Amino acid sequence: MAVDEGLRSELQKHGIFVLPIEQLYNWGRKSSIWPLQFGLACCAIEMIASAASRYDLARFGAEVFRATPRQADLMIVAGTVTKKMAPQVVRLYNQMPEPKYCIAMGACAISGGPFKDGYNVLKGIDRYIPVDVHIPGCPPRPEALIHAIMTLQRKIAGQQLGREQRWYDKASTTEFPIPGYGEHDLEPPANREVWQPPRNYSDVTIQEVLKKS
Amino acid sequence: MEAIERIKEVVSQTTPGAKIEIINSTPAVQQPALLVDRDHIYGVAKFLKEDPRFQMDFCSCVTGVDYPKLGVIEVVYHLYSVALKHGPFVLKVRAPRELGECHLPSLTPVWRGCEFQEREAYDLYGVKFDGHPDLRRILMWDEFKDHPMRKDYEPPMDYEWEPTPHDDTLTRARGISGIVPPSAIEEADKAKKK
Repeated sequence: MAVDEGLRSELQKHGIFVLPIEQLYNWGRKSSIWPLQFGLACCAIEMIASAASRYDLARFGAEVFRATPRQADLMIVAGTVTKKMAPQVVRLYNQMPEPKYCIAMGACAISGGPFKDGYNVLKGIDRYIPVDVHIPGCPPRPEALIHAIMTLQRKIAGQQLGREQRWYDKASTTEFPIPGYGEHDLEPPANREVWQPPRNYSDVTIQEVLKKS
Repeated sequence: MEAIERIKEVVSQTTPGAKIEIINSTPAVQQPALLVDRDHIYGVAKFLKEDPRFQMDFCSCVTGVDYPKLGVIEVVYHLYSVALKHGPFVLKVRAPRELGECHLPSLTPVWRGCEFQEREAYDLYGVKFDGHPDLRRILMWDEFKDHPMRKDYEPPMDYEWEPTPHDDTLTRARGISGIVPPSAIEEADKAKKK
């Protein structure tokens, strides 16, 4: 940082804020995450509760649920994604303008949950679209959703503006292929560019995950 | 409502040639059912609806049951009479399991409320209802070919990553060398030894 910390805090006392443009830009983005008004199952009820007065998502700037993907920054996948619904979810995500984010809310959205062994339930929406924050729970409490939004805010605050980001890189597409209805399953059953099964079980143990973070 | 034996008697008299049986297949329900052959089910249904003694004007539930050992798919209709305030009365009908021959006459012309439920039975069990006004899949997508509630249904082999597998899921995941926790394999082996 070009400005000395001491000087910066001294200037702040006089109402002068010195900060990199990136920080200012990210502060604006993270303080106005507009979610898509879209729920799939019981988790949506908790999402609605989070937005209502008792839990008041408005405190985090994320209260403006938009009824169209064109105006939304965040897709909260709240509920069981059936295989019949999955193409529509991916299509909605494609219709959102970049930069866009995704929270997978609840056991079903992250893994299929209690319906994982069913013939009609997708084993996690992360098989088709990149998920930024996973929240487990059945359903997660509103506090958990707020925690997910705060986690996402921290992620946005830490993002660097530049080519590394998907939406600045003209070469890479931000459209995710929409799965088709096959004779026995969705085709393809997962988007390999977005999702890969772990190579070894040991890679996903809590010790390994903690080591990486 | 009259006893099931009496109903059987009346129905047999009015629809000659019909093979009618009383079955008590589910003791837990304590509810005997009338099993009618598929050639006469439509006539019996119409009679039960229109006869002033029964007036079964409401079909609350239609479902399928797969009996691989008997080689049949059974379709169960639950009937009530709103007019006479009695029911439920259980009507059953059987068709061969083979997909080409799994045909039954639709009862939608008798009870309009059967429409969606017969579509569901078609979707999940593969029973074709002749005379149904709009027999399409209702839950699965139109391109889908299987009938997932049949006992011999094979789900797609999508078991490459199973963090919490057990029983069939574990067997299938191991069959395609999917990633499973070692503890699950240990537990399964232990259970096998016992």
